[in-house]
Amino acid sequence: MKILVPTKRVPDTDQKIVATADGTRVAVDHIPYVINPFDAIALEEAVRIGERLGESVEVVAVGIGGEGYEQQLRTALATGAHRAVHVVCGQTLDPWNVARLLRAIVEWERPQLVLMGKQAVDDDASQTGQFLAALLDWPQATFASRLELQGERIRVERETDHGIETLNLPLPAVVTTDLRLNEPRYASLAAIMKAKKKPLDLIDAEKLGVTIDPRIEVLRYRSAETQRRCERVRSVDELIERLRNQVGAIV
Amino acid sequence: MRNLVVAEHDGTHLRSASLSCLTFAKMVASVTNSDVAWLVLGHGVEDVAAEAANYVPVIAVDSPALAHPLAEPFSQVIAYVARARRIDVLSAATSTFAKDILPRAAALLGGTMASDVVRHELVDGQLQCDCPQYAGAVTATLRLTGSPQIATVRASAYPAAQAMDSQAHAVEQLQVVPAMLTARAQYEGLKSKQKSRPDVTEARVVVSGGRALKNSQDFERLVGQLADVLGGAAGCSRALVDAGITPNELQVGQTGKIVAPELYVALGISGAVQHLAGMKNSRTIVAVNSDPEAPIFEVADYGLVGDVYTVVPELIEKLQYHAACATG
Ligand SMILES: Cc1cc2nc3c(=O)[nH]c(=O)nc-3n(C[C@H](O)[C@H](O)[C@H](O)COP(=O)(O)OP(=O)(O)OC[C@H]3O[C@@H](n4cnc5c(N)ncnc54)[C@H](O)[C@@H]3O)c2cc1C
Ligand SMILES: Nc1ncnc2c1ncn2[C@@H]1O[C@H](COP(=O)(O)O)[C@@H](O)[C@H]1O
Repeated sequence: MKILVPTKRVPDTDQKIVATADGTRVAVDHIPYVINPFDAIALEEAVRIGERLGESVEVVAVGIGGEGYEQQLRTALATGAHRAVHVVCGQTLDPWNVARLLRAIVEWERPQLVLMGKQAVDDDASQTGQFLAALLDWPQATFASRLELQGERIRVERETDHGIETLNLPLPAVVTTDLRLNEPRYASLAAIMKAKKKPLDLIDAEKLGVTIDPRIEVLRYRSAETQRRCERVRSVDELIERLRNQVGAIV
Repeated sequence: MRNLVVAEHDGTHLRSASLSCLTFAKMVASVTNSDVAWLVLGHGVEDVAAEAANYVPVIAVDSPALAHPLAEPFSQVIAYVARARRIDVLSAATSTFAKDILPRAAALLGGTMASDVVRHELVDGQLQCDCPQYAGAVTATLRLTGSPQIATVRASAYPAAQAMDSQAHAVEQLQVVPAMLTARAQYEGLKSKQKSRPDVTEARVVVSGGRALKNSQDFERLVGQLADVLGGAAGCSRALVDAGITPNELQVGQTGKIVAPELYVALGISGAVQHLAGMKNSRTIVAVNSDPEAPIFEVADYGLVGDVYTVVPELIEKLQYHAACATG
């Protein structure tokens, strides 16, 4: 069984992120890049499936973008992916075009399962997996918090606004991951060394026969102003007094 | 510009978030001098369709195959209706329902999509949408090129539409071919915690607890009870969901629910960016935390440094006393 894990390279959003003064981009130059946390979870799950089922499982990480990608794909290999594919593309990508490129990779690689993050923490779009499932005409299960492979099917518990929903899908399928699915491991030094010998293939986006067709243009970025002046109250009585008299938030 | 709003409902009533999305669609329609309709999908949805018809005309597709919100048939029907009615702007309120289904429909339509729109403008017939990104640290203004244009809309960013008091609009029952209703995914069930309190996205007051709460009894006794005294909803940070103390539907944040109530009370929550993304637009924010340096204080209007295990019981008791005096 082959599991394809799309992994996006994103700035670490635990760092303070702001727009540049002219609003043309997000100031990310000084910010370290990581594998999108949800993709790290997808990768961890794929690796665990491999550890349970043995050699019949091959985990392939795929990243689409410019030069820096190699670093994240090496990390993916160190975490347990067997192979990695870097789709080299210098153009600005939106979820629609990523999904089209991923479809081309899926047609090439023929995985039974695409396991990927429910959202990229940079654009926060939460679109790509669903787009891909539609383009492939595969069933989908988004926001997975538990997976269970059952032969040719997969049982997925998914986090919805109203509770945990269970779906049972035939493979091939697209499944997107939520935070509670697992806690990704850190790659050991030995694994990092070993990963240097694992195959990392490069393929030009044009070779996949996909012409980038931008659907979204970012006109400007603006930093969110969040600072409020916090008044420190010293007691519960003072808090209640503020809420009643100044806010009217409580009766 | 023809506008179609996919209604989200619980089988009996529209969810209030959909009414905010309707406001978005009506704003688009008024600028472009066009019309708006609801699309109500489900099984046994006469009541929902009738309620929806108090606002704008309704297209309803009613089938046992739509009894559960499965992505395949829902997206197929949505795409079919959008195509048949030449819809220019298709929208739904941001929720796990819409995030699952709308992008799939968008791809079937070959459309262009914006997620979680908080503000919009129409320039030369194309939507320009403000969408929070990077856990809300920046807002990007996106121009959507292509058609149709599809949007999930953040409910807290638009007021709820008002029902008309004159006569209700028409409800059109639409039949679709069975092939459109097929799903390979099988629905096995929904485990939902019995809820006695309102949803965090629908309450005037939200009281949320973080890692300071050590178990579900303490959460109920402190966060739950304060929410009840304030007539609000109980929410939480991701830390409590991960610890199995609270169900995921209570989670507020970048990857949970986005809320903007009149009053948000954060109890023992540090204020990670991912949490702030879900609550920083609340009208008034109160934080109680034992660490005077906790980042939550940077977004709070009122901060109280203290132990939630002593502060909250006192707060509950005094609020109850005040309420008793007010009524007595
Ligand atoms: C991709 C991604 C997405 C995420 N999405 C979300 C999300 O949507 N929502 C979310 O909430 N988190 C999310 N997180 C997690 C987030 O980064 C934080 O880990 C989480 O919000 C921390 O929860 P917390 O504040 O309850 O816990 P902590 O950070 O551990 O903070 C606990 C706080 O309680 C205080 N405290 C402890 N004891 C007491 C006491 N007795 N009385 C008073 N105060 C006390 C401490 O001083 C501390 O400030 C996400 C993380 C990632 C990586
Ligand atoms: N450039 C990319 N390369 C590989 N995977 C990607 C890329 N962009 C998005 N993805 C995948 O799509 C998921 C959802 O992204 P988004 O729709 O942008 O929120 C991510 O978690 C990744 O798994």
